[in-house]
Amino acid sequence: MAAAKDDDVRDVDWDGVRLHVVSGKGGTGKTTVAAALALALATGGKKVLVVEVEGRQGLAQIFDVPPLPYADRKVAVAPGGGEVYALAIDPEEALLEYLEMFYNLRVAGSALRKMGAIDFATTIAPGVRDVLLTGKAKEAVRRKGKDGKHVYDAVVMDAPPTGRIARFLNVNSEVAGLARTGPIRSQADAVMEVIGSRLTAVHLVTLLEEMPVQETADGVAELQAAKLPVGGVVVNQMRRPLLSAADQTKARKGHLDTEALAHDLAAAGLVKGGALVGSHGAVTVDDVVRALVVEGAEHAERVALEQRERDNLEGLHRPTYELPFLPDGVDLSSLYELAELLHRQGMA
Amino acid sequence: MSFAREVVPRALSLDIDALLDDRGVRVVVCCGSGGVGKTTTAAALALRAAERGRRVVVLTIDPARRLAQSLGLTELDNEPRPVAGVDGTGSLDAMMLDMKRTFDEFVEANADAERAATIIANPFYQSLSSSFAGTQEYMAMEKLGQLRNRSEAEDLWDLVVVDTPPSRSALDFLDAPRRLGSFLDGRFLRILAAPAKAGGRGLARMMSAGFGMFTGVLNRLLGAQVLTDIQIFVASVDTLFGGFRQRADETYQMLQAPDTRFVVIAAPERDALREASYFVDRLEADSMPLAGLVLNRVQQTTVPELASSAAAAAAERLEQDASGHSTTAALLRIHADRAATLDRQRRLADRFTSVHKTIEVATVPAMASDVVDLDGLRAVGTALADHV
Repeated sequence: MAAAKDDDVRDVDWDGVRLHVVSGKGGTGKTTVAAALALALATGGKKVLVVEVEGRQGLAQIFDVPPLPYADRKVAVAPGGGEVYALAIDPEEALLEYLEMFYNLRVAGSALRKMGAIDFATTIAPGVRDVLLTGKAKEAVRRKGKDGKHVYDAVVMDAPPTGRIARFLNVNSEVAGLARTGPIRSQADAVMEVIGSRLTAVHLVTLLEEMPVQETADGVAELQAAKLPVGGVVVNQMRRPLLSAADQTKARKGHLDTEALAHDLAAAGLVKGGALVGSHGAVTVDDVVRALVVEGAEHAERVALEQRERDNLEGLHRPTYELPFLPDGVDLSSLYELAELLHRQGMA
Repeated sequence: MSFAREVVPRALSLDIDALLDDRGVRVVVCCGSGGVGKTTTAAALALRAAERGRRVVVLTIDPARRLAQSLGLTELDNEPRPVAGVDGTGSLDAMMLDMKRTFDEFVEANADAERAATIIANPFYQSLSSSFAGTQEYMAMEKLGQLRNRSEAEDLWDLVVVDTPPSRSALDFLDAPRRLGSFLDGRFLRILAAPAKAGGRGLARMMSAGFGMFTGVLNRLLGAQVLTDIQIFVASVDTLFGGFRQRADETYQMLQAPDTRFVVIAAPERDALREASYFVDRLEADSMPLAGLVLNRVQQTTVPELASSAAAAAAERLEQDASGHSTTAALLRIHADRAATLDRQRRLADRFTSVHKTIEVATVPAMASDVVDLDGLRAVGTALADHV
């Protein structure tokens, strides 16, 4: 983990990166991390676009706004005056926009749709869909305003899961077998100029569990094999190790002092007359002690497992950032907390 | 207060053993969005059914490495293999789907050797069979159909349990095959494949200006080689397959058969339950037999009466009093986190069951460690069957 840095002389880990691709196994919270990273990158007056490409409207839910159209919408204000915009990239719309831009063919759109050509190009033709999705993200990275400056300081992509990420991003080889010439081919080449370069970092979100960690390791290897720029690893939903090291060992071995526990519960005013206060005698102090001991043992077991997986992650030698487990789930205010944590750890 | 011990107090409970023991059930399909534990649940159901005397084959899509090893899924020949270590008189075979291979075998089974070789060498076919959106779902369905047919013809198995591909949406499993099927079988591909022929006939001639336009667009977009590849591909498969769409329709109908049951799998998280909700609605709309919902990773406590806020407040009091209560304070904090998680999960589960009032639910507690072997699968199976 990068050390917390002073805001004035901040040296963030991904200086020069303008496209942050966020992937991760399903269920690890990559959409949450993408949203938090966008907020973190926008902190201090920057303008950031976060895009989703899988049509699930996950960003709208996280930012608590109506479903996103195929147009940039401002969804949040970051600390220090920054702005976060969001966009749900729809491959059909991207194709029609593309046809219009290059061939002035938008009028033909509905005819093409009727014939199944749009369906073909966006869902069935190999790689075309991915070229359209990544192409739109690339366009946002490159987009310049009238003043000649980039419209967005950074673009964050909530990308497909780790198992598909290398293939998704490596549009070059994906269309290579089919489109050997033509504009899709040139578009793929243009996308690779951004995605395969130092302008891009592909971050992987994981939990400290076996399968997500294994997929992260596989994902790093695949990205490296495809010569795609691997970014950091974000460890999401980390448990606080609440017990001391000595107590963890005791908890796992069942050696916790239950008498002291019962005594403390009374001292804290939780139990009175041998029963849990408010339970009308239905829950005895022994019930509470037993439950706390079991829960403590499971917690210690979990922390030990997380430690093993953390060691596995260290073997990947990637900058690693940690985000806590939120028992109440993620809402807009906790998103700002997560952004602050990423900011402090130097990810943005 | 005993009702508070279950995370879904008002839901009906799903009797897993009754489902697995029902000889009239021959196919169990496990569906849900990615990351909810579909593969583990499918394997646990299959093992439990086998150990209750059924002859089971389980089709997994993408199992975790150690789980795959414990199921003996080390030989990747796209064929079911017996799982060692299963107790009782039943049996369990397991396989992992090889999408490309299933497609190749499908071609080889339906064409003479020469034509099959031509098809398999075609670049369009190669993209189609390895990376098209929907191919994995199509092949999972195809393999399910094969296993079911074989289980009848050869009397090898009396129950097929299938895991489904890790799609963004659980609905993809139902929709992708037909989407791909109707595309392969559809007008568009035929027109692409035979532009010259289309120009010669009445209606087609009338529309040929339109065809010319979009074949022109596609040529410009993809390059001319792509269309040539597609034309060769369609010409070689045209007369062979009896229609991709028909094939997809047949498997789809199999899923509506009275001996099929769907088990929808979710974690008690907002996104996973939303996907599960869509899927349940869809099953109902298409008259597909839903067995119930499996809710994985449910947080548990034996003292739900000790609320999160009370535990946290007590921990705080102990922490302020610096006379060595730190262990108790920490244990209370652990409970406070757990109770808060449980409250959130219960709210989410309640919202789901208040919309789907008749759905039966089985829960699996959050486990401290990963499921990597048969004992782990047995523990999941026991939890699934432990209905109140």
